[in-house]
Amino acid sequence: MGDLITMDDLTNKEILQILKEANTLLPVARGETYLPLLQGKVLGNLFFENSTRTRMSFETAMKRLGGEVINLSSIGSSVAKGETLYDTMQMVDGYTDIAVIRHPNQGAAQYSADAVSIPILNAGDGAGNHPTQTMLDLFTIHEAHGSLEGLNVMMVGDLRYGRTTHSLSHALVRFGAELTLVSPESLKMPAEIVSDLKNHGAEVTETEEMASSIGSADVIYMTRIQKERFPDEDEYNKVAGVYKLDASDISEAKAEMIVMHPLPRVNELHASVDSTKHARYFQQAFNGVPTRMALLCRGLGIKVPKKVK
Amino acid sequence: MRRVTAICNGTAIDHIPSGHALQVLKMLRFDVGRSNPISMVMNVPSGKMGRKDVLKIEDRELNQEELDRLALIAPKASVAIIRNYSVAEKRTIELGSELINIVKCSFSNCITQNDREPLPHKLKIVSSEPMEIRCSYCGKNQDIDEIVDYII
Repeated sequence: MGDLITMDDLTNKEILQILKEANTLLPVARGETYLPLLQGKVLGNLFFENSTRTRMSFETAMKRLGGEVINLSSIGSSVAKGETLYDTMQMVDGYTDIAVIRHPNQGAAQYSADAVSIPILNAGDGAGNHPTQTMLDLFTIHEAHGSLEGLNVMMVGDLRYGRTTHSLSHALVRFGAELTLVSPESLKMPAEIVSDLKNHGAEVTETEEMASSIGSADVIYMTRIQKERFPDEDEYNKVAGVYKLDASDISEAKAEMIVMHPLPRVNELHASVDSTKHARYFQQAFNGVPTRMALLCRGLGIKVPKKVK
Repeated sequence: MRRVTAICNGTAIDHIPSGHALQVLKMLRFDVGRSNPISMVMNVPSGKMGRKDVLKIEDRELNQEELDRLALIAPKASVAIIRNYSVAEKRTIELGSELINIVKCSFSNCITQNDREPLPHKLKIVSSEPMEIRCSYCGKNQDIDEIVDYII
């Protein structure tokens, strides 16, 4: 019931409610006040793939709310000895109250949710979905624009393997977004996702060219071309560095346009953007804490108070 | 013109899309290791379909689970159970909302590719016309023309 595997697990009303709760929890996320809503609860942080922000922000979120965290990584655990995901999850089911999972295989989060009784939060399954990232992305967009309705959003880079864009595009079209998907031909958004987006009545433009859409964008969502997802290095080298955004590229952008990036960045987002009023990616990374606090409370069925002192 | 003689007991499957009879046999797992006599005609004229295939499997009454497998490639086929040269029952093929342990996901990076993982293979029917099937775990669309290669 408290699972979050894809954005389809949340209605628009629930999304807005979680964003509201995340906003209420901001002083707790910043450490300005202590609110032990999750005291006595244990989170299993299961990272079968590398992570910096997702893992740390979940851990911070749990601890700021008074909960405990136990960690598992594939290196040095039974996973390295060939244990099935099913068996690993049976153990986690016994040790924790809720689990966050990141796994290189697509479908691993749904599989885990089917295998156990505790709530499962998908923190990235291969090139599949990353809905908790989407929730913090939506929080960041809402914070900047005051609404999620009818925005013009550009997504740039690796849209084929980029799970953050898969989940985010699904969510945004439900709020009437117009999407411009900018990628090389070999890294286009998967056909079944584009088909879903269009079935929602969304206006979706697919292009290889970035510059001409910048002027009309409310959000530019840059992504890294993910070397680790390519089957061979030659294919990666063909497209690496194809998109680079620097401060001069956005000099004519709308005043309220924001630049986002799920991070880490390599060379697709130049440091010159950092000092512009458009840069929002470090704020976005912080927003993982209040948003994941709200998602942990949802998963565990704990009510977030309307006000926090 | 009758191209195949009547069978005494068994199952007759009519109105299979032209050229798909071999796939139907594979889907029913009748392509290897069976001793039942099977008659097959392919690409014969049909009033309803233009051309069609027909299969007659002797001494075997297909059950509903087997017939529902057919829905993936021959959803409009008509099935008759034959007893003593007469049609004893007509059965319909139904495509449910999910296929459990009938077909494997074809996506190489799906979690279900690990044969040691014990949970059932699950594919959901997104749409029947045109046929669109997705893995319930990884969400990948399956190629209908190749689905017969992934039957369990």
